[in-house]
Amino acid sequence: MSQYVINASNLSRNFGDLKAIQNLDLKVEKGRIYGFLGPNGCGKTTAIRLLTGLLKPSSGAVQVLGFNLPEEAEKLRLLIGYMTQKFSLYADLTVKENLRFIAKIYCLSRRSQEKRIDELLHTYGLQQQKNQLAGSMSGGQKQRLGLSAAVLHKPELLFLDEPTSAVDPENRRDFWEQLFDLSEQGTSILVSTHYMDEAERCHKLAILENGIKRADGTPEELMQQMGAHVVEVSSLNLRQLKRQLVNLPDVITASQLGARLRVLVKKSIPDPLAFLSSQSGIEIEDTLSLVRPSLEDVFVTCTGAGRQ
Amino acid sequence: MNILIRIYAIFSKELIQLKRDRMMFGMVVVIPLIQLMLFGFAINTNVRHIPVGVVDYSQTGLSRVLIQTISATQVVKFTEQYTTVQQAEAAIASAQIRAVLVIPKDVSQRVVRHRSIGSGSPASSDEETSRPIAQWVVDGSDTMISAAVKSLRNMPLAELLSKPVNRSTPTFEVTLLYNPEQRTAVNVVPGLVAIILTMTMIMFTSAAIVRESERGNLEMLITTPVRPLELMIGKIIPYIFIGALQVVIILGLGKAVFNVPINGSLWQLAAATLLFITASLSLGLVISTIASNQLQAMQMTLFVLLPSILLSGFMFPYEGMPEVAQYIAEALPATHFMRLIRGVVLRDVQIIHMTFDVYWLILFTFAGLTVASLRFKKSLD
Ligand SMILES: Nc1ncnc2c1ncn2[C@@H]1O[C@H](COP(=O)(O)OP(=O)(O)O)[C@@H](O)[C@H]1O
Ligand SMILES: [Mg+2]
Repeated sequence: MSQYVINASNLSRNFGDLKAIQNLDLKVEKGRIYGFLGPNGCGKTTAIRLLTGLLKPSSGAVQVLGFNLPEEAEKLRLLIGYMTQKFSLYADLTVKENLRFIAKIYCLSRRSQEKRIDELLHTYGLQQQKNQLAGSMSGGQKQRLGLSAAVLHKPELLFLDEPTSAVDPENRRDFWEQLFDLSEQGTSILVSTHYMDEAERCHKLAILENGIKRADGTPEELMQQMGAHVVEVSSLNLRQLKRQLVNLPDVITASQLGARLRVLVKKSIPDPLAFLSSQSGIEIEDTLSLVRPSLEDVFVTCTGAGRQ
Repeated sequence: MNILIRIYAIFSKELIQLKRDRMMFGMVVVIPLIQLMLFGFAINTNVRHIPVGVVDYSQTGLSRVLIQTISATQVVKFTEQYTTVQQAEAAIASAQIRAVLVIPKDVSQRVVRHRSIGSGSPASSDEETSRPIAQWVVDGSDTMISAAVKSLRNMPLAELLSKPVNRSTPTFEVTLLYNPEQRTAVNVVPGLVAIILTMTMIMFTSAAIVRESERGNLEMLITTPVRPLELMIGKIIPYIFIGALQVVIILGLGKAVFNVPINGSLWQLAAATLLFITASLSLGLVISTIASNQLQAMQMTLFVLLPSILLSGFMFPYEGMPEVAQYIAEALPATHFMRLIRGVVLRDVQIIHMTFDVYWLILFTFAGLTVASLRFKKSLD
């Protein structure tokens, strides 16, 4: 087996005329947390379904853990875990009944079943809820139950589809701690998200837009290689200044952050500070400073999300 | 081994869900109860007390005795009197009465000369003796009602003249086996088992699988090692027990309330029922692979249920149906089970001797299971 747990090349999937995934090349290394970052409808779920063998690709080849999909999808089942975007355990079963069901489906022996379930209830803080109906739990609890069920059989590779979309920030932080624990134990993880701060935690990530991968790499690489300078401008008349700047062909986008305007200027401009100072609308007393790009800047530059 | 564990996993999960689903549990018991009462009491082919009127042109003692004699049969009940036939026909049109008896002015002479009672004096010509005593005008739109009135055509009238009955020997002697009192319930209750099982078994299984995909559970299930056939078998086993429970309810109440005897052995009954339940369940599975939500599953169940009620021999005898309808009837599992269960319950037949129906149900089950597991793909395409 190669060093890659996922190796997809030229992967495409159409729904009728809609190109949900176009020519996706993807290499995910073993033991890493790999992120899919993109807005709703960009094809994250479709990509994960292609990589788990739930959907057949229209064209292209996928190898997951050395198995060719979709032909060998059945052999993969024991080795992967999948937490769906929508809660997909049984709402009318209790937490423990749900976990027991999954344990039996994976044919764990009765003794190891109970041991593993206790372990999971403990790790994911569900002991109090163990006899509660899954449907009556909060978003965070459901998410932890979903994760417990997905990792119950100790898969080598874990797919998580927007696991934190119904969860408050504190629970999100805890959740990521648990992902790093899993990663440390050797589990490879592919996670989709539309939160920048989550994407920044991934070892590597791919930015998706309209089914097309716009960029990939570690968060640092992406920020360094970004095709733009980031300049923050403090000025009085920010709304008007923004309207003026975005019309310039060399300005990618400008967005207001409180009393400052964050302006992305194309890399082709050698001295962005001088370039902006020379624009009318910028006064002498305004301060301009070059700042370190954030992942959001990368995202906006790659996808052109700010160019409307 | 692992196969059995996974089937057991699905089965026990399904049991827990069934236990929590009050609505479903209610339907299991309430549907047979309601249907049994409805069909047992309401469907009655022995029509009685049909409201009828009379137009009496003769107004004699004899005509009044005639009316009383007819009333005594309980087939009809004289509720209205009219002076003209036109009035009576208007009453039939407005559904106040279903038929009218028109007694002619010369009813006395006609009675005297009538062949079955008359003494033949004064001697009558053939033409005169062939004249009936009176006339029935019937609303013929309901064949059951008109047949009941028609049955009065040959009623003996000897007692009209207090004479000994001069009944001629019938051409045939008829011996009624199995249901000598001709009670409708005896035929309806076993048939009802077929109808209720068709309805509930197909509906429950098709809904049970469709529910998994509707609620999003299927996406999780198909990423696990569960195979389609395991999923289906695990899901239908609980319903076999539910079906058996319903049979016990229907036949038990049928015996208690309608006094329908169970003449055959319970083993034969169990075997026939099991054959039919598995056939219906496999049909439910096929529907579940076609329907995309529970509403569609319900509609498709109705699509099977209606012909099962109308063509299986439950409401109308198979023999009376046109050939096309008979072909459709042969395709339905309910038709074959209808024959089997009536055979076992009423005539103490060994189902082994009804090979065609038995084989057909077995064949249907395997065909259904094969189609369902071929159609059920472990993917979202
Ligand atoms: N089964 C399907 N049939 C048709 N279109 C689909 C189907 N699944 C997804 N799509 C479309 O594909 C695109 C990508 O969807 P999805 O992968 O769910 O995006 P994301 O998960 O990033 O929000 C969307 O435009 C969506 O409408
Ligand atoms: Mg999605």
